[in-house]
Amino acid sequence: MDLSTTEATPSADERLAVDSVLGPPESGWFGGTRTALDGHVAIGGTALARSRRNLLLPALHAVQERVGSIGPAALGYLCTRLDLPPAEAFGVASAYALFTFEPGPPVVVHVCDDVACLAASGGDPAEELARRHGPAGSGTTVTWRPSPCLGHCEHGSAALVQVAGEHGGRGTLAPFAAGDMDRLASLGPGLELAELPVPLALVPQAGAEDTRLLRRVGRVDPSSLDAYRAAGGYQGLRRALELGPAGVIAELKDAKLLGRGGAAFPTGAKWEAVARNPVRPHYFVANADESEPGTFKDRVLLDHDPYALVEALTVAGVTTGAQKGFVYLRGEYPVAAARLEHAAAEARKRGLLGEDVMGSGIGFDLEVRRGAGAYIAGEETALFNSIEGRRPEPRNKPPYPVDRGLFDKPTGVNNVETLLSVLEVLSMGGSGYAALGTPDSTGTRLFCVSGRVARRGLYEVPMGTALGALLDLAGGVAEGRPLRAVLLGGAAGSFVGPDELDLPLSFEGARAAGTTLGSGVMVVLDDTVDMTAFVGRVARFFRDESCGQCVPCRIGTQRQEEVLGRLAAGRPIGSIADELAILDDVDQVMRDASICGLGQTASSVVMSAVRRGLVATGAGAGNGRRP
Amino acid sequence: MNTVAPAPAPVALRRSVELTVDGDPVIAPEGTTILQACRARGIEVPTLCYLETLAPVNVCRVCVVEVDGSRALVPSCSRPVAAGMVVRTDSERVRTSRRMVLELLASSVDLSTAGSDVHRWIEQYGARPERHGPAARAADRDHAHAGHHEAPAVGAAATVAQPVKRDNDQYVRDYAKCILCYKCVEACGEEAQNTFAIAVAGRGFDARISTEFDAALPDSACVYCGNCIGVCPTGALMFVSEHDLRARGDWDESRQEVTRTVCPYCGVGCNLELHVQDNRIVKVTSPLDHDVTSGNLCVKGRFGFEFAQE
Repeated sequence: MDLSTTEATPSADERLAVDSVLGPPESGWFGGTRTALDGHVAIGGTALARSRRNLLLPALHAVQERVGSIGPAALGYLCTRLDLPPAEAFGVASAYALFTFEPGPPVVVHVCDDVACLAASGGDPAEELARRHGPAGSGTTVTWRPSPCLGHCEHGSAALVQVAGEHGGRGTLAPFAAGDMDRLASLGPGLELAELPVPLALVPQAGAEDTRLLRRVGRVDPSSLDAYRAAGGYQGLRRALELGPAGVIAELKDAKLLGRGGAAFPTGAKWEAVARNPVRPHYFVANADESEPGTFKDRVLLDHDPYALVEALTVAGVTTGAQKGFVYLRGEYPVAAARLEHAAAEARKRGLLGEDVMGSGIGFDLEVRRGAGAYIAGEETALFNSIEGRRPEPRNKPPYPVDRGLFDKPTGVNNVETLLSVLEVLSMGGSGYAALGTPDSTGTRLFCVSGRVARRGLYEVPMGTALGALLDLAGGVAEGRPLRAVLLGGAAGSFVGPDELDLPLSFEGARAAGTTLGSGVMVVLDDTVDMTAFVGRVARFFRDESCGQCVPCRIGTQRQEEVLGRLAAGRPIGSIADELAILDDVDQVMRDASICGLGQTASSVVMSAVRRGLVATGAGAGNGRRP
Repeated sequence: MNTVAPAPAPVALRRSVELTVDGDPVIAPEGTTILQACRARGIEVPTLCYLETLAPVNVCRVCVVEVDGSRALVPSCSRPVAAGMVVRTDSERVRTSRRMVLELLASSVDLSTAGSDVHRWIEQYGARPERHGPAARAADRDHAHAGHHEAPAVGAAATVAQPVKRDNDQYVRDYAKCILCYKCVEACGEEAQNTFAIAVAGRGFDARISTEFDAALPDSACVYCGNCIGVCPTGALMFVSEHDLRARGDWDESRQEVTRTVCPYCGVGCNLELHVQDNRIVKVTSPLDHDVTSGNLCVKGRFGFEFAQE
């Protein structure tokens, strides 16, 4: 194609940032110095352009981190390097929340004001910041912005700190108090990210005999491959290589392992479909784009047990015939990114990744790719588009990923918890694993317990454990206050009432109760939580995170937020019944006609709250602020 | 004299599949879509983002139908027929979703120059865009930042209203009329022109068609082929001549004559349809079903008609 890029010259920093990902330009054809030879050869073509496009997102990250924003000159240079039309590159970049396009303060503090932190803090965390530091986005060296869930819900507050510069990058503060903002503001651009403390993982069961997925968290040095192996690491891969692909798949089927991502698809069947597909190459993707509000399990596992995912993804690769794997990690997890990269490098050094995995003669390697602030990229087909350097928009299904996934090739994709559960299946044997949990929901399940509860944290319980038993394990409602409701499953989940504590936490138990386990979210809500604000935040979340591709979700999420605003203000258009009819119609069209699971569940929490009378629909009903 | 008709050349017969549409058995060639099967039966299925000459993007969702065994409704424009498929095009669920797609669009987009079908469907399905409230104050959509938006004004319905973009002598872009059907992006990109001057930018309700950094068209990759105008279903993209006549209230299709001719510039043989009002060419199109153009033209065929005017 005939590229038309800006004539603006990139700054030295912009060039260095792009080159740090792409290497120095190969020739004058790609933005390098034009030599006499360049006049005699022509390099380019769509095949070359296609092979490079997947480097767009990593290069955008590099520019954002070094320069602080992505301007026309940087984007133009990047497009010359990748042979990519600038309009398309801008379309991609502008779909992500963590990229900016106009120069701004070098330090940006993204403060979580999402549901779990909202419930835990008993107020809007953004309000105090606005009072002390001015409105969001103001300031010259340091500014703050409200952020959707940052995955540190067990701390009840969190902030992602983005610093631009030569050693720029991201760090996290959790818990985060408004006073921390003063400290960050006084440091300004001199802030050293490396000096930010790594947030703790709160795992109240640490050390308990009966935990499996959590047994190494906080007990085994996450940087040491030897420590991981001494704690039983890489036994799973050894076993998988002994069993061979058919053997591993048989174990998974015996284990009746169902995917933990929300759809509960049988893992053995998925792996078998990829393994048997005659089209090559195959890919395997670990979906670590954990962005469901209230979810922090991937972060805990990847911060504190990164080798486990490296091993599990290797098992998936050698079993399904994929020689290349990707970990798609949400961009808000800088610690996990560094630790995963380190773990993969160590594994590569020891022959546990690479051309000859564990001396088996089978090749497998993986790459970590970071998201950039887009909940929708966790939808598996949007995730493929994101890796490929396209807009993170879900694809129409069918075709399914096992037939046409990443780069249009057969692809297996599982979330982190599912992959780590595979290691447990290999360790216990399929039938041993199936003995855990219930007959239809085998094994253990992680629950992210947050909100108004005595001991917030990540819990692991056998499938089928009663909701009340898990609540008891977490010490019950904070300060012994009365339970109002539990948000189960996340922003795409629904509320469960205090009269339903015997609900078994299993796929079939949740389904029978008309709810979902989703990503294992359990936000505990007592009588101090402003439910109208809580439900309004969920509506705002979907309005912000819709990709905008299809009409029902693009406009439906906007209208849903507007109706809730009118109800909260007590200013309905027409009657309350008219407003509820709009909510009902929007719910129906989003559930029935949206392209993907995000749109199909974007009204789930709102409708659940309306049905349970948890939001104000009249004279202040349901508005239970802290007394 | 008896002549023997030559044997017909062997044609590769497409296999047929049998399905049920609205209770009636239907036979359709394998590989065709539910939409094509419906249209062959004379069943009207509304479409907005679909065009015969472009690969379906199935984003508007107005063509959804109910297919037994599928949890959600299915976009008929892209789903191939399958043997034994049971399709319902007029169930309560289908009607509700179509009504709401039309209502949501009509409540946020200026559809005043959209095709007459759109207005008929809005009526037919009972969409009530006015129940979402009066239009909110227009927002600066070109600088919306993904993941952040202002709290909606209580009592008003957000719209995509914004000033008309007029930055060249050929055509205007009035994105207040854009339903984001992706057709212009497809036509500018790999489906026709391979210029890639525009793409969808931003996300959610703030998603919009944009050049890089909202650059003016003369600073973008645009080559003024006007193929985006040719596929736009709502008049968001419009010849300057048509736009100005409409602004003056002088646009009158009943006074227009359409003359089909062949473009005089090169030897390809593109057919042109010259829309003439008061002896002036006001717009140029090409027939979608023309086997040379499929509706597409280049800058000369589309806009190079001034020499015929004076």
